[in-house]
Amino acid sequence: MKPVVVENLTVAYQKKPVLSNVSFAVPEGQLIGIIGPNGAGKSTLIKAILGLIPKAAGAVKIYEKKYRAKDRVVGYVPQRGSVDWDFPTNALDVVLMGRYGHIGWFKRPGKKDIAIALECLRKVGMEEFAGRQISQLSGGQQQRVFLARALAQDAKVYFMDEPFVGVDAATERAIIELLNELKRQGKTVLVVHHDLQTVKEYFDHVILLNVNTIAAGATEKVFTLENLHRTYGGKLSFLEKDQLVVEQK
Amino acid sequence: MNDLLKMIMFDANTQWVLLGTVLLGVASGVLGSIALLRKQSLIGDAVAHAALPGICMAFLLTGEKSLLVLLLGATITGLLAAYCIQYIISSSIIKEDAAICLVLSVFFGFGIVLLTRVAQSSSGNKSGLNDFIFGQAASLVGNDVKLMAGAAAVLIFVTALIFKELKVLTFDPAFAKGLGLPTGFLNFLFLSLLVAAVVIGIQAVGVILMAALLITPAIAARYWTNSLSKMIVISGIFGAVSGMSGTFLSTLGQGLPTGPFIVVTATALFLISMLFAPERGLVTKWIKRMVNNKQLRNNKLLHSEKRSGYHEL
Repeated sequence: MKPVVVENLTVAYQKKPVLSNVSFAVPEGQLIGIIGPNGAGKSTLIKAILGLIPKAAGAVKIYEKKYRAKDRVVGYVPQRGSVDWDFPTNALDVVLMGRYGHIGWFKRPGKKDIAIALECLRKVGMEEFAGRQISQLSGGQQQRVFLARALAQDAKVYFMDEPFVGVDAATERAIIELLNELKRQGKTVLVVHHDLQTVKEYFDHVILLNVNTIAAGATEKVFTLENLHRTYGGKLSFLEKDQLVVEQK
Repeated sequence: MNDLLKMIMFDANTQWVLLGTVLLGVASGVLGSIALLRKQSLIGDAVAHAALPGICMAFLLTGEKSLLVLLLGATITGLLAAYCIQYIISSSIIKEDAAICLVLSVFFGFGIVLLTRVAQSSSGNKSGLNDFIFGQAASLVGNDVKLMAGAAAVLIFVTALIFKELKVLTFDPAFAKGLGLPTGFLNFLFLSLLVAAVVIGIQAVGVILMAALLITPAIAARYWTNSLSKMIVISGIFGAVSGMSGTFLSTLGQGLPTGPFIVVTATALFLISMLFAPERGLVTKWIKRMVNNKQLRNNKLLHSEKRSGYHEL
């Protein structure tokens, strides 16, 4: 069973589509990078799959079923900048939000949920910050809290929107280790990614996106200079040097 | 003063009025905290002002001053104003602040026009609708105040019931949707609770200052804690204290409005919080920094630190 199948997905805010006829199927238990230039529709793709923004056309199937948030199959890590970190709460509380779907309406998180949340914080190396006010966390720590919250959801498919942006090398390592841990557990993880240099190292599969799907498949087959040229178009002159490094690897 | 104490101890209506304003203070403190974090405080202000034309229309249509009917009118125009704001934001290039301004002034202006019309009519000049501008808790009687107290209690209960859902919706709406929460319904529900709190507070606090009872206890409470549940409780207490003392002070003399006294009390609580709250208070922070700097200068804290030396670049 394919965890994620997208068929002819089209999204338009105005006349010009942001995503046009995007189609791909994702294999289970793999790390998948979504790569493309700014404005290619990478975040839009995730949001459209999750039903956060309306689709103009096309279909999305999660494990061969229409996506329903309450099935709790999908975990989501939004961009860190999408929330107000001055909100009065601590790291543990944010991670506990990942349990809300399991807890159900009207009830409060129990001991079991708190234990799970603490365990998720431990997995991202943040257990000592459980009681820390979230505004006092560094950017990288905030990102790890978001990851821990997604872990607490205990989903089968994860969507992460640029988790590596603005984090230091140590946090990047911690995140990539966590992704590999998720992969070992048989989870499927789709990650919007920007740094072309690390694509080959981090991801088994890539989806090259620029309004259309330019290419999708195993990284070693698809992540070629030619495909990148097609994805990035004229902007690639900037990237040429980086690409050579990629090619040499 | 003795008379006042006697009134509080023996007069059933005064007790009800006190209970009513206390519950109203709690409800607006609680909902105001969430509105503040959702950056919707000003929507409360617009809703309060927009209640005035509803009250006047209800009076003009029925010709009698029954609080239930008047508040029904207030609810209708209040909700209408809230949805006008949401609609303008979502369907035009007008931003939230301008949309709120626009809706508030249009509805309030219309309300004043209607109020003038009411005052000119033969039955209208004794109607006491003017009390709705600045609030007159003392004019609350009998079943009206029981209605207000009951409604406030329901608001507090509902908010407590869906606290967890409101919390995740406020912090991260996209994630809340990803959890499968009906975010559209919850937004609607919260807005309705906010409108209800405003409407039941109008008689006691008045349309002009009702927003202060939503905003001021909440921002004061934010200084004392970094936990949402504690902030809501503290804000509720501040709201209750403001409501109670406002009612007290306005009963001291004939015809003193309640709203301004409630606001003055709430603002005093806010100033104390801003200056002296532990950790976040301005004075507290200043003293802490002075003590810390002094210790640093005396090298007590730097004693064990490695010196970095002088680097010429």
